[in-house]
Amino acid sequence: MNDLLDQLVLAPVILPLLGAGLCLAFGRFAAPQRIISIITLLAVVASAAVLLVRADRHGPQSFNVGGWPAELGISLVADRLSSLLLLISTLVTLCVLLYSIGQGIVEYGRDSPLSVFYPTFLVLSAGVSNAFLSADLFNLFVGFEILLASSYVLITLGGTEARVRSGTIYIIVSLASSALFLIAIASVYAATGTVNFAQLALRLPELPDATATMLQLMLLLTFAVKAAVFPLSAWLPDSYPTAPAPVTAVFAGLLTKVGVYAILRTQTLMFPTHELRTMLLWASILTMVVGILGAVAQSDIKRVLSFTLVSHIGFMLFGIALGTELGVAGAIFYIVHHITVQTTLFLVAGLVEYRSGTTNLDRLGGLARLAPVLAVMFFVPAMNLAGIPPFSGFLGKLALLEAGVDEADWLALVAVAASVITSLLTLYAVAKIWNRAFWQPAGDPEDDTPVPFDPQVQGGSLHGRSGVSTATQRETTWKTDTEGERLPSRMAVPTIALGLVTVALTVFAAPLFSVAERAADELHERTPYIEAVLGDG
Amino acid sequence: MTANLILIIVVGVMVACGTTLVLERSLTRILVGFVLIGNGLNVMFLVVSGPAGAAPILGLSGDPMADPLPQAMALTAIVITLGTTAFGLALAYRAWQLTGTDDVQDDLEDDLIRRRAETDQVSATFDEADSELPDEGYAGDATLEPGDEVPR
Repeated sequence: MNDLLDQLVLAPVILPLLGAGLCLAFGRFAAPQRIISIITLLAVVASAAVLLVRADRHGPQSFNVGGWPAELGISLVADRLSSLLLLISTLVTLCVLLYSIGQGIVEYGRDSPLSVFYPTFLVLSAGVSNAFLSADLFNLFVGFEILLASSYVLITLGGTEARVRSGTIYIIVSLASSALFLIAIASVYAATGTVNFAQLALRLPELPDATATMLQLMLLLTFAVKAAVFPLSAWLPDSYPTAPAPVTAVFAGLLTKVGVYAILRTQTLMFPTHELRTMLLWASILTMVVGILGAVAQSDIKRVLSFTLVSHIGFMLFGIALGTELGVAGAIFYIVHHITVQTTLFLVAGLVEYRSGTTNLDRLGGLARLAPVLAVMFFVPAMNLAGIPPFSGFLGKLALLEAGVDEADWLALVAVAASVITSLLTLYAVAKIWNRAFWQPAGDPEDDTPVPFDPQVQGGSLHGRSGVSTATQRETTWKTDTEGERLPSRMAVPTIALGLVTVALTVFAAPLFSVAERAADELHERTPYIEAVLGDG
Repeated sequence: MTANLILIIVVGVMVACGTTLVLERSLTRILVGFVLIGNGLNVMFLVVSGPAGAAPILGLSGDPMADPLPQAMALTAIVITLGTTAFGLALAYRAWQLTGTDDVQDDLEDDLIRRRAETDQVSATFDEADSELPDEGYAGDATLEPGDEVPR
């Protein structure tokens, strides 16, 4: 029995892969595909919950795949940080899956399956789990590649022109960062002779400082591309908004966070001395401010949300850069909060698109009257994102601000100021969406006609009044004339469920934050992790 | 650790050529570039694994053994490169099918901003409609009859 529980670490990676295979076998039948994916993800959520409890009580759970010793083979480790993120990410994935099932039924009818969607979605989940659990750099790379390969498929789903265009940029950026990652792995292996995190933690301090710093920089650069940290974030707002709502939602919630997790793991475990603290702090400040300025300037809901996503990565990086236990705990709490909130907001944006046929703020209006439940569904996570007390966003930001003030050097204080300004501007950005989409009356239909492009006459507006390229929006296959229709409950219920999770994060903030603190403590100590990986090997 | 200089030069040349190709506009060339980079990196893994010549199999003979780990890693990387290349080629074909070219296109938003800057126009978010919002006299959506049940 105990052996079986030890092998539970495998479950979040193996189960979705098995489920994906089964789904492919049932490619022609919609109902079995849906049932298989739901059961698989339920099982993954359950195993992640068990892992979190066990990791919290008994220390990191590790398993060496194939019985090879950890230094040689692949080992999976679930400590508090990984299992907490695993639990929240699988929970979010499950909600998004239910939403996408609802959308599929609404969009194409009950019987038509999207034969590649469910398998790919499950593979994506396996990749995310693998990245969270892996205990060596190369397995982390494989996890990244699994999730990237399935994200390539999901982001170009349907193969329309807009999606191919934005998918191309996304794929090229990802390929470049993967190549960089391989170079980093090869360099690390050349310098230390291992890629195992625990062994690296022991061997890296023996290297000359310059070599270690170079390796750290290469790894940071790779992960910063995946996490969309400021100078390397330009790809994200171009790529995400064109994909279908559930795809964008799960990408926004999970993919960037995997990059943040990788930064957190490598920084705390392998490079705890923090020679790059100043650089990281500047990166976090710039990510926060530049991202949110981009969000303020947009006039399409999905694009605004994409830019706030970039901006709030800065908060997490801020906590990591501080490196204190409170800072890291705040970052962990903020990651959990942000995964749920950002995903919920993208799902709501999908519902807005369903309701009105567009997410362009210039064409929306009066939704609060037309769809009051939708308005509430947007309002709660939006205020949470902006960090209005007493929501979890406020608590996470408060912890980060406290950690920053504790540091009491000028750069940390600048970062504190930047995060306060960013919070206010986030409030402005979501208030703008609220105002224009939900509150103000619908715009004059006359304005809806796309204006043909003529820079001399129209002042450069290619796509209608706002200049938001309608071409980057998905060509909706839903009937847009839904006057008087209710929101499809199959899509609304998962969104509401996820919204309730975001509220639950606030209600149970104290136990959650104490888990985050214990996780940060564990990261700080480092020895439990190293012993768990190498001890029984 | 002894390193093979010729192989290092090969890695450098392959990655450099690949990078040059990636900077092209055509998606097919970019993909060829990534194949070159990928293979260059696989060779790099062999370079960093130490001296060549021995078999990477434990216990076959008393001879010194080559490090098997980088070879396993290179193998994995080859498979991944193959998969992504196949997908990328399909994507390039699809782009060509849709637009008649497989050039990577600029983001429309970026293009708009650039053109707007050229003609000295303000951003669309500087929207005068915002300032003339009716605050009190909002009569609701005209398409909604008073008797209509307000949908959820």
